[in-house]
Amino acid sequence: MRDTDTLKDRLRRAERMRQWKAFGLIAPLLGFLLVVFVAPIASMMLRSVHDTELREVWPTVTRAIGDWHDRTRVPGEPVFAALAADLKASQQAKSLPVAARRLNYDLRNGRSLVFSTARALPETATSWTDAVTAANPRWADPETWGAVARASGPATGYFLLAALDRNRTATGRIVQAPPEEALFVAVLKRTFVVGLAVTGLCLLLGYPVAYLLATLPPDRGNLLMILVLLPFWTSLLVRTAAWVVVLQEQGLVNNALIWLGVIDRPMRLIYNQVGVYVAMTHILLPFMILPLYSVMKAIPPAYVRAARSLGASPTTAFLRVYVPQTLPGIGAGGLLVFIMAIGYYITPALVGGAGDQLISYFIAYYTSSSVNWGLASALGAVLLSATLALYWVYNRLVGADGVKLG
Amino acid sequence: MTDVAPQAADPLVRFSGVRKTYDGETLIVKDLNLEIRRGEFLTLLGPSGSGKTTTLMMLAGFEVPTEGTIALDGRSIGAVPPHRRGIGMVFQNYALFPHMTIEENVAFPLMVRGVPRDERSVKAREALAMVKLDALWRRRPAQLSGGQQQRVALARALVFAPQLVLMDEPLGALDKQLREHMQMEIKHIHQSLGVTVVYVTHDQTEALTMSDRIAVFSDGVIQQLDTPQGLYERPCNRFVASFIGENNTLMGTVEEMLPHGFCRVRLADGHYVTAAAVNVAGVGAATALSMRPEKVHIEGLGAAHVNRLMGTVKDTVYHGDHVRVRLSVAGNPEFVVKMRFRPGRPMPEAGERVAVAFSAEDCRALDAPAE
Repeated sequence: MRDTDTLKDRLRRAERMRQWKAFGLIAPLLGFLLVVFVAPIASMMLRSVHDTELREVWPTVTRAIGDWHDRTRVPGEPVFAALAADLKASQQAKSLPVAARRLNYDLRNGRSLVFSTARALPETATSWTDAVTAANPRWADPETWGAVARASGPATGYFLLAALDRNRTATGRIVQAPPEEALFVAVLKRTFVVGLAVTGLCLLLGYPVAYLLATLPPDRGNLLMILVLLPFWTSLLVRTAAWVVVLQEQGLVNNALIWLGVIDRPMRLIYNQVGVYVAMTHILLPFMILPLYSVMKAIPPAYVRAARSLGASPTTAFLRVYVPQTLPGIGAGGLLVFIMAIGYYITPALVGGAGDQLISYFIAYYTSSSVNWGLASALGAVLLSATLALYWVYNRLVGADGVKLG
Repeated sequence: MTDVAPQAADPLVRFSGVRKTYDGETLIVKDLNLEIRRGEFLTLLGPSGSGKTTTLMMLAGFEVPTEGTIALDGRSIGAVPPHRRGIGMVFQNYALFPHMTIEENVAFPLMVRGVPRDERSVKAREALAMVKLDALWRRRPAQLSGGQQQRVALARALVFAPQLVLMDEPLGALDKQLREHMQMEIKHIHQSLGVTVVYVTHDQTEALTMSDRIAVFSDGVIQQLDTPQGLYERPCNRFVASFIGENNTLMGTVEEMLPHGFCRVRLADGHYVTAAAVNVAGVGAATALSMRPEKVHIEGLGAAHVNRLMGTVKDTVYHGDHVRVRLSVAGNPEFVVKMRFRPGRPMPEAGERVAVAFSAEDCRALDAPAE
């Protein structure tokens, strides 16, 4: 027993050295990824549940509102007094717009509410409850205070709920946003529909090409492969812009169709769903073809021959023997294209109409235009979790051994 | 040797004037005429590139003859696609479908023929029992050893009771011991089912042990079609003599044709030998004399023979049941004599001058290599 133990120890020591060496080889990349990839994602994810904007400019009221327990009625005098103090302090510090912007996310006309209250507030008052309510009667509504409470941080579910068109009432109930404010569920749905459709189109168009590539003699196969890879070497922006040229009303397609007499006035091919599907399918096609090709290349022609010799018609041999063996490729290509498609930004932004924008467009909008990083992060978190869930499903279905699908 | 002569009048397969070229320049198969008898085990033997696999693929339907016809059961199958030919096939790398279980693999030919599921399963298990693998029906091909996979492939090719089974170097990937075992197993299955087998191999030992008849291919032509015994003992040309078994060659010129199919040949070094005139053009023609090592004797150690040549022993190697003596004889530095080992008898030693002797029947005068 002692002997085997020492042998095991020795083995472990020897293995440990090897593990350290292996770790040393990946350490630089690991460090790089941690700094430029994992850390930013983590900080963005944190922003979707972390909210201190209001807390920093209105420290008194955000602290005092912790004592507001009966949420069906407005809070007591101390909270009103704290609000008045904060309003004055932040007016002097010129930080009022920060508070106004934050409350505007959650309250309709929240910005004007803040500014008008600050403007109309007297220097002193015996009852701050009356003074504040007089400055703007909306403060008599518990829902207004609910928004202040929700924005008090430091942790908040507001952005994640908003990303799913939900919000919380002052009493904490989760309700659906009114239809005129609901937006993101529809966008998410659209994103997934476009992603699925583009994946389907890529599979439909890519499968025969990959099959041809894998079965052609090497010299001609390589030539075709270069044609498949050619778009890869062209900038995404250039390819998208090229589609604008091709599809626009005075573009190549319309002119050709008119010249041929198929149509007599230009069809609308761009700045709508057609343009999005055409351009995205074209750009993502290589990501479908390449995994399919690598799987197909590894399938010896003997399988289909064997099936034929055993009595299977060409169609049966293809469907029963060939296609099942390409399922890992279909899975990998489909997953790759779908995940890339639901994250697509530039192409739909350039060739799609206002109603064809995908979720990334809104993430970009809230990040750079409206500087609502909390909502941008929450949308990102929703997208990321959808992607991870899909990957998990894929792993369960196809897994390490592609044999499971059969 | 199975006697298949009675059915010879009605061949199962007939190749008539079949030619095949891939590039329009060189013929892979040149004017093939071959009849395959019902129930026989026919081996297509030859080096790679000799046209044997192309012949098999044309029979299976994966290659189309450039010229000529192939008839199966008296009907031309030129226009019949592979899946309607009803021919079972075993491939070199088994080609078991990796996404199906063993049972599904074996049931595949039945499934595509529309056999109901229950019957399919019963028949597949029966076929697996025949190759002694019925216990492994739930496994995947990747979980089986090479020999087991080969047996599954065999069961799959036989499960739909085809009258003809083609095997393309089926044992090529197995190690020697397993290969020999599988040779016997395939032979037994052939005998018990009475199915016609066309077997392709480049391994002459395999061909000799398994076949009823062997067609020796070289350069797209059948050099000789005969029983294993006939090929070994009566090779009709130099290629067959050297491809099947061990062989000594001496070059010479025909000096005189003798009665009863013999001839007198003058060797390069001026000596004369009498040989069976098997494949010689006539007096004055160059010829290659072929002798099996075990048919040549070292004089004084065996019977006296009509032909006697002097040689120098290069080395003697003990092989247990026999001794191989390498000599330099009449311009051939690699002349081999295989002799029985008898304890107590002195062996020829290196450098010794000895006489080698052989009968005229065992010395076959064949075609000379083209200059």
